[in-house]
Amino acid sequence: MLSADDIAARLDEYLETEFSFIRSDELAPLILALAPAEQAFVLDWTRRIASTNTEIAHQFVRRAPQVLKLQEPRVIEAWALHAMDVYDRAGLRAALAVIQDVERFVQHSHARTAGALFDEVSGVLLHFVHGLAGRPLKLALADTAWTDSETIHLPALLAQLAGREDNFRLYKVLAVLQWAQIHHGTLRVALHTDFTSWPDAARAQRLYALLETLRLEAIIARTLPGLGREMQQLQPDYVAALPAAWQAAARQVQGARSTPAASLGLLASLYAAPLPPPRLWQVELYLNEVAACMQTRMAREKQLLRVRLAQWLEEQRKKAPADSAPPRLAVREPADDAQAGDSFELTLNDAPVAPPETIARLLTSIRLDLGEIPDEYLVPAGPGEYDPALYTEQADDPDAVWQGTYHERGASYYNEWDHGRQHYRKNWCVMREKEVAPVHDGFVAATLQRYSGLVAHLRRSFEAMRDEERLLKRQVHGDGVDIDALVEALADARDGSEMSDRLFTRLHRVERDIAVAFMVDMSGSTRGWVNDAEREALLLLCEALEALGDRYAIYGFSGITRKRCELYRIKRFDEPYGAEVRARISGIRAQDYTRMGFAIRHLTQLLNATAARTRLLITLSDGKPDDYSDYRGVYGIEDTRRALLEARRSGIHPFCITIDEHGPEYLPHMYGAVNYTVVSEVRQLPFKVGEIYRRLTR
Amino acid sequence: MAEITPEEHYITAEPYYEPSGSEVAVFEAAYANRLPLLLKGPTGCGKTRFMEYMAWRLKRPLITVSCHDDLTASDLVGRYLVKGGETVWVDGPLARAVRAGAICYLDEIVEARKDTMVVIHPLADDRRVLPMEKLGTLLQAGPEFCLAVSYNPGYQSVLKDLKQSTRQRFVALEFDYPAAELEARIVASESGIDAPLAATLVKFAHMTRHLKGNGLEEGASTRLLVHAGKLIASGVPPVTACAGAIAQALTDEPEMLTAINELSASLF
Repeated sequence: MLSADDIAARLDEYLETEFSFIRSDELAPLILALAPAEQAFVLDWTRRIASTNTEIAHQFVRRAPQVLKLQEPRVIEAWALHAMDVYDRAGLRAALAVIQDVERFVQHSHARTAGALFDEVSGVLLHFVHGLAGRPLKLALADTAWTDSETIHLPALLAQLAGREDNFRLYKVLAVLQWAQIHHGTLRVALHTDFTSWPDAARAQRLYALLETLRLEAIIARTLPGLGREMQQLQPDYVAALPAAWQAAARQVQGARSTPAASLGLLASLYAAPLPPPRLWQVELYLNEVAACMQTRMAREKQLLRVRLAQWLEEQRKKAPADSAPPRLAVREPADDAQAGDSFELTLNDAPVAPPETIARLLTSIRLDLGEIPDEYLVPAGPGEYDPALYTEQADDPDAVWQGTYHERGASYYNEWDHGRQHYRKNWCVMREKEVAPVHDGFVAATLQRYSGLVAHLRRSFEAMRDEERLLKRQVHGDGVDIDALVEALADARDGSEMSDRLFTRLHRVERDIAVAFMVDMSGSTRGWVNDAEREALLLLCEALEALGDRYAIYGFSGITRKRCELYRIKRFDEPYGAEVRARISGIRAQDYTRMGFAIRHLTQLLNATAARTRLLITLSDGKPDDYSDYRGVYGIEDTRRALLEARRSGIHPFCITIDEHGPEYLPHMYGAVNYTVVSEVRQLPFKVGEIYRRLTR
Repeated sequence: MAEITPEEHYITAEPYYEPSGSEVAVFEAAYANRLPLLLKGPTGCGKTRFMEYMAWRLKRPLITVSCHDDLTASDLVGRYLVKGGETVWVDGPLARAVRAGAICYLDEIVEARKDTMVVIHPLADDRRVLPMEKLGTLLQAGPEFCLAVSYNPGYQSVLKDLKQSTRQRFVALEFDYPAAELEARIVASESGIDAPLAATLVKFAHMTRHLKGNGLEEGASTRLLVHAGKLIASGVPPVTACAGAIAQALTDEPEMLTAINELSASLF
């Protein structure tokens, strides 16, 4: 049981009251009145929030004891985390609003206990939508459910229904309906319709959306009967409760052969009648967004299809006899089931052909937009029509990020572990891959000259580690007879004792199957000797690794603040080692700060995408994680440790080679007791790295 | 070790096989011209069944070898064994097939060790000989011998890819999952479920095949559909059958499993 003074002392520490107007002696009595477990709970969360912002923590302490009487601790945790997430995204004012508006939060606590969260269900939903197919759709957060024909938008939280399970089903229905809007022509027809010819265009559009929902529901009930039943359970008797005119309309659009045109045709008769209550899963129509999205896509896909067709036909032509007829492509539609959407046949000179997957996918997508594949789309692009700029997405210039308007387009996001908060900061690091500009100076030649003896030695010792055939003796099965064993066995047999059956020799190849990513510190502190030693070490290592045949990649990392995390490509896994890579190693220069978490997380992804039995992540560094402002001390170390844990959990072995003599103070905590080594002298780095690698992978 | 004679490898009853293109004609033409065959295609799409069917059609014994990491050249060609105090030579399956004029089918050839593949090279070109290094002889293949190998391009990686020098010796037949109607017919006939149910299973398979490259390595094969169909025919509810026979066979990843199960629940 804590005394008022104890509590005040802790609050003084957490809230840094010395430097503020916060009065801990006013706050302490609020906490004192709580049970011991509750005291600990509130103080713990105060500390965690204070690591993000003391003012939010202050406001939290003022309200938490009160809220704790009404709510379960997990609701309070959600409230605190939500406030911190809002702080990350929108700043202090918005976060304080979350904390201060606790009543609203309590009202919505039902939502937080019974609701389904987008974050929790999006993984499953994305796979689900991909399974339905047609076009590879994306998922995104939005205030309402709507689609632009490429992305399915869903709200962050659904809590209309009583249980979490039902709310998840509602998510599923919303996603499927958006997919159905794309797949069954709702958007296509809406785009060609002039709703402004009605006195109230918005009303007409809403009517159309509702009629289409009814039509699509019927299609879903026919094609996905299981889901249809679930929908029926979620909101039964909706149609039965509608006015008679609407019931008749529903019957009409729900017929087996109904099309979006039928929904449009019903607008006139229903326009004057009062609007029925919205369907539980009503999906909105934002036609401007759909039009913009469709237009760019259609132009791109037409071009892309024609270029791909030209390439494919060229391949076909090479295989066919020289005198065969000129290619004539056509699309054969199925005789029935106009709603199927993806069943059609491509014919080449009237014979059905199976085009490569990319072409099939394009045809499907084009057909979704246009309802058919116009003949002009099937004209292969002529020479000179190949203009990649027209249809490939142009990567943003990573260096242009800070010029002009600030934006994060084209970057990848990585979470970061906030030790104080004991929670991830979502999409916190904005990461970009950059090229290292190759430098063709005398560095490579000079290094290879200086270390020529070492290079030869490393090569020899690495060559010795290559796949070696070992002769296994006394095997039950094998390629050759083990004469020694045979002689013994024959002797045994003559002697009357039992003969061994282990009489063969077998060659066993021990194959190396290793992929290794080198993560090189390019922070400002490496300027000078360290940078030279790193470059030399990498060069020697590459020379030696070439003899060994392991797959390897080299990436440098640096950055300044979470908004500019940069990973420098020096050698990709699939890139051969050669003059270009050597020149890039030569071009490694010290940059900004040492933020490590994002680099580990990104390289973990790259490593996991590489097929290998053993995956290694080797860091070359000169000191602790450290970045401008927040990323230093415990915070940086804990985030790095967490990133390494994630890597290890995914089957990667991390290892660190450092020249920081203080390494033993923090490296065991980050990498584990045996997964690091300290090179005492910078100059020794080139000599040691190869040796360490050899030891590590033997 | 009791030797199995090629005669035991005759397929006497006609295996159920639905041709989906000209593969039967191409195989027969290749066989007549003594050309080896390469069957490409995803797991469970009917390659092995096709081989059985062709063996039955051509009335030749079929010797199948499933290749794996440790398969050595002597596993295929043969080796010395000790019997009654003396060493005796025992033919491997490939040598037996050559002697008997059988069809030798090396399933998933890329799984075999690289040095093993070299053994089949002289057998796969116009020399048609099998070098028996340990015996110091060359075994000449007769006109009836046929070599066929299969591989799954979906699994190819830097490590496991067929070398050009190997693949360019073969007449290639590309296999894919059968067209929806045909596949439904196969599933219905193999598992004993009715046609509409088989069609729904095929639709489900298509959904999982859409997930290839989006989180799944491979979609549900015809073989898995037959498994699920058999469970359904024995009274297991369809959603449960799909979860056990298909979803669990495709992935261990929890989110993907949930999504696949949701897909099957939507369909039935």
